[in-house]
Amino acid sequence: MDGIHDMGGMMGFGAVTREADEPLFHDDWERVAFGILLQASGHVGFSDDHLRAHIERIPPLAYLQASYYERWTRALESFLEERGLLTPGAIEARVEKMVAPARPDGGRATTLDDIEEAVARGASTRRDDAGTAPRFRPGDRVRVLNEHPCYHTRAPRYTRGRTGEIVSDHGVFVYPDTNARDLGECPEHCYTVAFRARELWGVEAPVSDIVNVDLYDSYLEAVETPA
Amino acid sequence: MALRVAALEQLLTDKGYCDPDTIDRLVELYETRVGPHHGTRVVAEAWSDAAFRERLLTNASRAMAGLGISGMQGENMVVVENTPDVHNVVVCTLCSCYPWPVLGLPPRWYKSEPYRARVVREPRIVLAEMGCDVTDDVEIRVWDSSADLRYMVLPRRPADSDEMSREELAGLVTRDGMIGVALV
Repeated sequence: MDGIHDMGGMMGFGAVTREADEPLFHDDWERVAFGILLQASGHVGFSDDHLRAHIERIPPLAYLQASYYERWTRALESFLEERGLLTPGAIEARVEKMVAPARPDGGRATTLDDIEEAVARGASTRRDDAGTAPRFRPGDRVRVLNEHPCYHTRAPRYTRGRTGEIVSDHGVFVYPDTNARDLGECPEHCYTVAFRARELWGVEAPVSDIVNVDLYDSYLEAVETPA
Repeated sequence: MALRVAALEQLLTDKGYCDPDTIDRLVELYETRVGPHHGTRVVAEAWSDAAFRERLLTNASRAMAGLGISGMQGENMVVVENTPDVHNVVVCTLCSCYPWPVLGLPPRWYKSEPYRARVVREPRIVLAEMGCDVTDDVEIRVWDSSADLRYMVLPRRPADSDEMSREELAGLVTRDGMIGVALV
């Protein structure tokens, strides 16, 4: 969707501010929010595609005012409600009953090594590419389709309608646009496409600079090169 | 927000979707074991061993696994190399994708609106503002992590480091150098 999250190329945000001696988490609740998301996601089928799709649906003003882990938490809540795994209002009702942020008593069932092993395995979205032929090869000229779906997509707005060159074919991956809507993994080739800065931003951009963007097969169409 | 997250934790613990013990261990893992020190080892190895460097630039996840480095948000890594003619810089304009196994969790500025909005459009200005001086004769390549590949920059090896051990070399590398917003 054409949401506030798709901010590549926007103006007016000011300078990038780096924080000196930045802590990993800025508050205790951020630690817990991070841990909840990592652990609960697997149990409830909340993939990264679902996470991103639900973050994108946060209204623009709220999105800009929310911190990173607040967006994660809101996205998880909205997913759980959509799935009927959390009753709307349940969190507010539970908050009412609490005077201080009390955490459930956990004991020490797992060890750091067990967790490390599970995390080290990860969960790749790469799929077997034997049955899926690529439509494009490195060196091919491609144009990003000028589509504006109202659902989750990973084609940044600043690339749509623009022409670039395939740099590499990374093989076959779960297609976010369908996976986020529970329409199946529909794996397809994912390519790095190089765009000249001037193609994206006009003549003010330096001639030599390049923006590389990873794009799925369905986002692209071939551009005929003049003979 | 603290109350809200605590309530969510309680509700999900009741339903069996998470438990406070595992949550603590998960967070502890990222606080104590995962971080940019893994990335600095990868860079030092690539500077020291030409065959490893080749493997890293060809299939980064496989090469890193050989050093015991792998995991969530690094399943499909790509390493891009800075040269005298090319400077690379990494961003995720759509959210904040970041290579956790080698760099840890991202700093706030990487997730911030100004960085995500500007570095694809005016990388030279953003880099200069951040104290990373790339001369006009060097091509800048921005990598927008818009799919499920995760990027790390292999910085140029500093001059006068020929005699250094891998450990000493790793000490020269910075997190920001591996994102591409600093020179090493």
